[in-house]
Amino acid sequence: MQDEAILKMRGICKFFPGVRALDGVDFTLCRGDIHALMGENGAGKSTLIKVLTGVYPKDEGEITLEDKVVSIRSPQDAQNAGISTVYQEITLCPNLSVAENMYIGRTKGKLMNWKKMNKEADKLLQSLDIPAKANQQLSSCSIAVQQMVAIARAVDMECKVLILDEPTSSLDENEVEKLFRLMRDLKAKGVGIIFVTHFLDQVYEVCDKITVLRDGKLVGEYVIEDLPRVQLVSKMLGKDLDDMSDIKSEASVYDGEGAGENVLECEKLCSNAGIKPFNFHIKKGEVNGFTGLLGSGRSECVRAIFGADHVIGGTVKKNGKTIKISKPIHAMKNGIAYLPEDRKIDGIVADLSVRENIILALQVMKGFFKPFTKAQANEFADKYIKLLGIKTASADTPIKSLSGGNQQKCILARWLLTHPEYLILDEPTRGIDIGTKIDIQKLVLQLASEGMSVTFISSETDEMLRTCSRLIVMRDRKVVGELSGDELTQNMVMNTIAGGEAQQ
Amino acid sequence: MKSFLKKLTSNQIFIPCAALLLLALFNLIADPSFFKVTLDHNSNGDPVLNGFLITILDNGSELAILAIGMTLVTAASGGQDISVGAGIAIAGSVILRVLCGSNPRPDSLQTSLIVAFIIAILVSMAFSAFNGILVAYFKIQPMVATLILFTAGRSIAAWINKNQLPIISTSCDKTFGYWGTYIPGIPIPTPVFIAAISVIIIMLVLKFTNLKLYTQAVGINPKSSRLNGLNPELIKVIAFVILGICVAICGLIKVSRFQTINYSVVAKDIEMDAILAVALGGNALSGGKFNMWGSIIGAYVIQFLTTTLYKFNVSADALPAYKAVVVIMLVVTSAPVVREKLSKIFKKKAKAASKSEGGAAA
Repeated sequence: MQDEAILKMRGICKFFPGVRALDGVDFTLCRGDIHALMGENGAGKSTLIKVLTGVYPKDEGEITLEDKVVSIRSPQDAQNAGISTVYQEITLCPNLSVAENMYIGRTKGKLMNWKKMNKEADKLLQSLDIPAKANQQLSSCSIAVQQMVAIARAVDMECKVLILDEPTSSLDENEVEKLFRLMRDLKAKGVGIIFVTHFLDQVYEVCDKITVLRDGKLVGEYVIEDLPRVQLVSKMLGKDLDDMSDIKSEASVYDGEGAGENVLECEKLCSNAGIKPFNFHIKKGEVNGFTGLLGSGRSECVRAIFGADHVIGGTVKKNGKTIKISKPIHAMKNGIAYLPEDRKIDGIVADLSVRENIILALQVMKGFFKPFTKAQANEFADKYIKLLGIKTASADTPIKSLSGGNQQKCILARWLLTHPEYLILDEPTRGIDIGTKIDIQKLVLQLASEGMSVTFISSETDEMLRTCSRLIVMRDRKVVGELSGDELTQNMVMNTIAGGEAQQ
Repeated sequence: MKSFLKKLTSNQIFIPCAALLLLALFNLIADPSFFKVTLDHNSNGDPVLNGFLITILDNGSELAILAIGMTLVTAASGGQDISVGAGIAIAGSVILRVLCGSNPRPDSLQTSLIVAFIIAILVSMAFSAFNGILVAYFKIQPMVATLILFTAGRSIAAWINKNQLPIISTSCDKTFGYWGTYIPGIPIPTPVFIAAISVIIIMLVLKFTNLKLYTQAVGINPKSSRLNGLNPELIKVIAFVILGICVAICGLIKVSRFQTINYSVVAKDIEMDAILAVALGGNALSGGKFNMWGSIIGAYVIQFLTTTLYKFNVSADALPAYKAVVVIMLVVTSAPVVREKLSKIFKKKAKAASKSEGGAAA
């Protein structure tokens, strides 16, 4: 039973103008397997998923489902064939009830018995141990529960193949654990699960097999026991990488003019986003970070500094002078840059070109009546495309057609272009492949060694430990501690998050 | 050659241009005299150009000017202003009120036209700022927000002149009519110049300021725009205010054309044509990226169509129906879905052709 293949994809090719997104990729999924699909950004994972679910038509190749060749032309086809997908972003309707979301589009034109529907939904939710009520509005559930509802919907459609496309990127550890339990339940029921993620830990926790893609080509399929982490990373990157090496000690420390002086000081800063007033300072050439669980208020702190949320109290001093920041433009004019947490909502301007996205912030600072000439804009864009290795067909390409990691690099380029004194990076590496992650970490340390002050926020503690020389720990929207020097260990951070004493 | 063709067809203004050419071609075949332009003399003995082409340019002026503002509003707010027709009535009414004072049949003008025009612009800007504030700060959908003025505007226009219909006769002031008709000695209608100047000004503004980048960014992603230092609300209001200026200019042209005003009829349904012009230009009515030339050409396509239909003696009552048919065709062909399908079919054909060629060579 275990090795019975339910889904076979053979020789799948997909061409986009100028790019071979998929080039003869094979993929096999067995009944009751959790199969990780791994690869860097732009390796073709999403494209493969989209071909399988009928979002994109395939250009070549064959898909067999339970030994029958199927042609999948639309997501509807995929659903009917028993292939269900849960995407990274919730694609349900937040203003409908949980039950409605589970049954929407599946009534086949028949009238719906609402009572029966609610009852059945409740039964299913209970059997899957999902903490939601059928008649509850979906938006009132947490993101994790919403994701589980999406899975429940898929389960109820008696899917044979369940695709989870980065379902964990917005979940905290507890929620991830719940999700994994659900996945294991389904696995026991014989569902084949394709799991796309960037988190190596999670792969090794739940998966049975791994298929690695690189540059649209198949690298290989491996049983999880046979593939140690280091090898997986090198397979994904196509080169051996000293990714676990200590990049911090390699970087030189800034010791130029004004070293050791505070660039920015905040006292009792408070915004309307529900954080307690906090004190904060950063020195020239320093890299520090806010850490804490998801929702502990780390993003809200930096948003308050940048003026992204409405500031309701406290003082901010820049190089010893008191400044007032009530709007992002004030912060920008004072040499502060902020790379927001949510790239899609707060970062990119999707329909505009890579060039326009890169110059946007600097252009706004320069002023309404002083547009850059086309030549200048191109020069800026080309410089940073090269510097950061942004993979794009041209500077004219709309940013939305780039992969997530490259979009992030564009936003980073946007802020580097403004030559900030103080750069805030909120989750710059979320949903980004390992290669780019290390690039960004190295860049941060390099910028700091040149005198830029950087605040780095990440959900991955070891990433923080590798880049930051000082960590501000948050719990329940309060600063609860500060760690530096020898205290910067995983254990110490965990302890402080769990039960550190409040600052003064 | 092929890549040139592809570039041409994928350009946003290809569809409106092609529509214009098709309409021209249709007229050329049906009746070449459509394109005849003659130099005549009007009743005052001044030289004027006559012909359908001149009519199109002349009557299309208001629409082209409105299309400029409507494009910006659409791009920034992702919605449309449906109160521009009523706005024109208000602006025109203000001009007449200032020029005539309380006497609807004045013997001489109370002030100079320029003063009246400036006041009309200010009033018009105030009304559109009201629309803009409702949209930007109170987050009301543009069509709903502007529905208020759409409903009330013509009554306000009538109220401004105490429900009277002032007439500025030529015996009162000769120059008043110049703006909507002809300046003696110049055979081209004045509105054509006004439209041309408006287009030149907006093109210069787009070139020498960041208006385009800002409105597009705000239209696509207001949250991200704010984090990049923009003030999305202000930019939306500015877009509405620019439309207000366009409306005031149209108001001047309209009252000058007729030398009076009919509150319930003047510029009736022009808002729909202006929105259509934006759509025909290949601009998404949901906002974001825009192409100003597309909208302007779109405006003249609509006027071309109207004039063509008049020429074929389609009665005024039946006109909208005919117009609708052509508009459906245009809008469907310019829809991205259809264009994608078409380009695919072309590709397949090209592939088949090259294959058969290869076969023949072998």
